Amino acid sequence: MAIRRGRGVAAINYPTGMNLGGDPTQALVHSTPTGNFMVTLSSVDLGQGMKQIMAQICAETIGVPTDRVVVDTADTDTGPHCMGTFASRGTHRAGNAVIQAAREARQVMLEVAAEELEVNASDLETDGEGNILVKGAPQRSISIFDVALSAHFKRGRSISGRGMFLIPRSYPEKETGAMKPSTCYAHACTVAEVEVDDETGEVTVLTVKNVFEIGRALNPKMVEQQLVGGSWMGISHALYETTEPYYPNRDHGGTDFNQYLMPGPGDLAQTEIIVLERPSADGPYGAKGPGEMCANPQIPAVANAVFDAVGVRIDTLPITPERILRALKAQAPN
Amino acid sequence: MAKVPVQFTLNGAEKAEFIDSGTTLLHALRDKIGDTSPKGGCHQGTCGACTVIIDGELRLSCLTLAETCNGAAVTTTSGLSEGGVLHSLQRAFLDAFATQCGFCTPGMIMAAKVLLDHTPNPSREDVVEALSGNICRCTGYEPIIQAVLTAARSNSQNAV
Repeated sequence: MAIRRGRGVAAINYPTGMNLGGDPTQALVHSTPTGNFMVTLSSVDLGQGMKQIMAQICAETIGVPTDRVVVDTADTDTGPHCMGTFASRGTHRAGNAVIQAAREARQVMLEVAAEELEVNASDLETDGEGNILVKGAPQRSISIFDVALSAHFKRGRSISGRGMFLIPRSYPEKETGAMKPSTCYAHACTVAEVEVDDETGEVTVLTVKNVFEIGRALNPKMVEQQLVGGSWMGISHALYETTEPYYPNRDHGGTDFNQYLMPGPGDLAQTEIIVLERPSADGPYGAKGPGEMCANPQIPAVANAVFDAVGVRIDTLPITPERILRALKAQAPN
Repeated sequence: MAKVPVQFTLNGAEKAEFIDSGTTLLHALRDKIGDTSPKGGCHQGTCGACTVIIDGELRLSCLTLAETCNGAAVTTTSGLSEGGVLHSLQRAFLDAFATQCGFCTPGMIMAAKVLLDHTPNPSREDVVEALSGNICRCTGYEPIIQAVLTAARSNSQNAV
């Protein structure tokens, strides 16, 4: 009986969004009279930072500072249609819709500015700080604040835009069953080091080293935050979490947070995160969906590390001490 | 049934309410007084989201009857900032990206505050121990631990 050490590796591809009959998200963008911009969505911010990312995308597209954009995700009754925040689709689908809406709003904004400056709209550019300038003659400029006032009170224009992003439904080919469930994949690889006590079956994750390829990280700190939390959750799925430990027998399920186990602050593996950015062809500014993907590779990596440590393949999650001990017993020569 | 009067200070301000006997402090704070900073996660004392400070001690407001708080001094996360300036723990949580969905955050900050009140220069083990009654689903805890350690460092620098 001993503490045995093992190392496991796993790599995954993970689709961004899903496709069960078409996958649409729509967005609306409009300016207030003072030249701030409102993005209206039905996509929900679960805490992953959807509002911040959509504000960044809108601001980048229109050419204003991010703090000039307000994102309203208040109500699916009144907002433009969104399939929802799930399947790692939020940034990709809603982001593309916001870009389209913001481009249309930007075009109206430039048209109003062109009338004020008596130039052609195609000769105008934004400075990213709230002003519209004549290309090559930046001394001729107008603030977006004044453009919005003009549009609202003088010219009777609505600086607004409509955005729509739809991944059309993909039908399987009759002969082969081949289809295109997603247009965009994120990737990850994890190496996990564990110690397994072959007397108690207890697993301790010592280190977990993750590389994530997530397209362009639109907000690197928020991406890092999500990946660190996701890596923890992957270990939690691998070793702790279940509502039905003896499924299909429903006995002994956890009834509350005391019995639904997750690693606490004292059970943390030393965690390393590396982000690779390979911009996606159809993502907003090259983004993919890192959300669900980031909690996946740890699970097979830990299972492989347990095999490396004590030579048993556990193919049912979570990898509990009981399952390891039963597997060791089944493997032992009588 | 007759209502019961309760009177205590909340973040330094006098509060008086008539409540149903048996009302939890969490319910009284959120639904009677309107301080929604303590969160109701499990309502049975296992998640820590409702944590508040009563007379300097860490308490689970979902397991505390409001009528036992007569004359007490109750502190919640919404009382930490002063004059629009965030408390050092709130600032550190923001800077460390130690909050995602935010549901556990007020309880975490209360637990950390009592730790730092008693142990201004805690070790990592002290922080882990202090946070062990609070569950977080999003962050993986590491950013929270780092935020508390950072707040402790900034407090001691400011004290010099």
